[in-house]
Amino acid sequence: MLIRKPSEIPAIPGSEITPESVYRNRRQFLAAAGATAAALTAERLWRMARPAEGVSAATKLDTVKSPLSLTGVQPTLYRDVTSYNNYYEFGIDKGDPARNAGKLKTYPWTVAVEGLVKQPKSFDIEQLLKLRPQEERIYRFRCVEGWSMVIPWVGYSLAEFIKQCDPLPNAKYVQFLSLADRKQMPGMGEVSINWPYSEGLRMDEAMHPLTLLTFGLYREALPNQDGAPVRLIVPWKYGFKSAKAIVKVRFVDKQPHTTWNELASNEYGFYSNVNPNVDHPRWSQKTERVIGAPIFKQRQPTLMFNGYGDQVAGLYNGMDLKKYY
Amino acid sequence: MITLKVLVHVACLLPLAWLLWQLFGPSSGAGLGADPTHTVTYFTGRGTLRILILSLAITPVRRLLPRLAWVIRFRRMLGLYAFVYGSLHLLTYVGLYAGFSWAAITDDLSKRPYIWAGVTSWASLLPLALTSTTWSIRKLGKRWQMLHRLVYLAAIAGVVHYWWIVKTGVRSPLPITLALAVLLLARPVLSEVQARRKGRVVAGAAAL
Repeated sequence: MLIRKPSEIPAIPGSEITPESVYRNRRQFLAAAGATAAALTAERLWRMARPAEGVSAATKLDTVKSPLSLTGVQPTLYRDVTSYNNYYEFGIDKGDPARNAGKLKTYPWTVAVEGLVKQPKSFDIEQLLKLRPQEERIYRFRCVEGWSMVIPWVGYSLAEFIKQCDPLPNAKYVQFLSLADRKQMPGMGEVSINWPYSEGLRMDEAMHPLTLLTFGLYREALPNQDGAPVRLIVPWKYGFKSAKAIVKVRFVDKQPHTTWNELASNEYGFYSNVNPNVDHPRWSQKTERVIGAPIFKQRQPTLMFNGYGDQVAGLYNGMDLKKYY
Repeated sequence: MITLKVLVHVACLLPLAWLLWQLFGPSSGAGLGADPTHTVTYFTGRGTLRILILSLAITPVRRLLPRLAWVIRFRRMLGLYAFVYGSLHLLTYVGLYAGFSWAAITDDLSKRPYIWAGVTSWASLLPLALTSTTWSIRKLGKRWQMLHRLVYLAAIAGVVHYWWIVKTGVRSPLPITLALAVLLLARPVLSEVQARRKGRVVAGAAAL
């Protein structure tokens, strides 16, 4: 009776649960890590305090500061960012991507650029990594399911990449296609989705400096379950708008088809800007559950455009956001 | 029998003890994963459906295997545990989703069919839990059986509730749906088989 799949409830033996004192100290360490010389030591200690996750420490990325990064916020634990993921190519359970993405080969990797461009091109991942200095951007991340995180991403503005693609003036939208390889992605058969995963942005959204071509998090290369080796982050939109493991970027003149919109257009609009005033048909979007917060303190109000209204509201001037949800 | 009853109690209570320990024990929720609200919601919701399905399996089992007729003694217990889990599930919603706000609850009820399905399921179990005493069974007689057919509504509404909350394309409610379908179909099928068997006996007797 009540047989739990291990995936539903993490059966962590008492011996493996991080003692609260360690957990609390870790927070202090993180705070201290700001810019001081203690940073290195702190990080080493933090690693020791972090429970083993099967995620090997990835390649370090050198980063520069960005004025677009949030300050004074507490990032979600690395452990949660890398073990609580929606990535259906690897399974529908939140723990599936961390369990199943290990096999994914992220090197070599090329991103093909096609459609309305002067000349179709392709970029190797090395080229992309070096195209611009990598910035640390601490962003809020809000999932359409009603939960949120704060994640220190690493990358540079997608606009910098788009400039290298030479799009034609009639390119109005950009479509992003993710890898779809059944050999490497065991979850693809689990759901009735028309692969590959497709997402898209309007050109002005894609060119907005907040829109991040993302290569890492926590100053390391992206773990596979978080969309390695290159993904998108659009912090004022629900998480599913930010395609992972991108293999193709296509410039088009019409709004491209997008995966979740295709699956349930009444629930997932093309724009999908975070908006507390537009409910998902099956749940309210007024509040969100903060990942990693204690259960009785998880709820917090959701902000318009996920708190990025000052920067992005102008993109939608005169648009009825209830109609274009 | 008593040992077995104790075992069933333990099996039903152990997950709850685990949950309470996680919620209020020294780990202060860390064992409930990254999204503890979600964990508790699914834990209590799936628990309710699983126990409810088990309680529905009792009648077909004893009709199929008369030797196991004694399992009937576990039916009330399982039904009540399903109600306990269902009530905790409801409490999770009222507290951790609606924030004990009546406005939020009525807003949900006015917009969301899956909330209705869940409430229907719980509300069908409520009178069953209230009339689960031996005294009620005696007092209500035939009407008790009629009333307790509500358990079918509770199970069906519960499964519908589950399908409505998962994302399009997700098939995780499938196993429990199949189990319920088998158990619901088992009833008419067993009746038919038994009626035929009886018919054969009667016919045989007439031929003599």
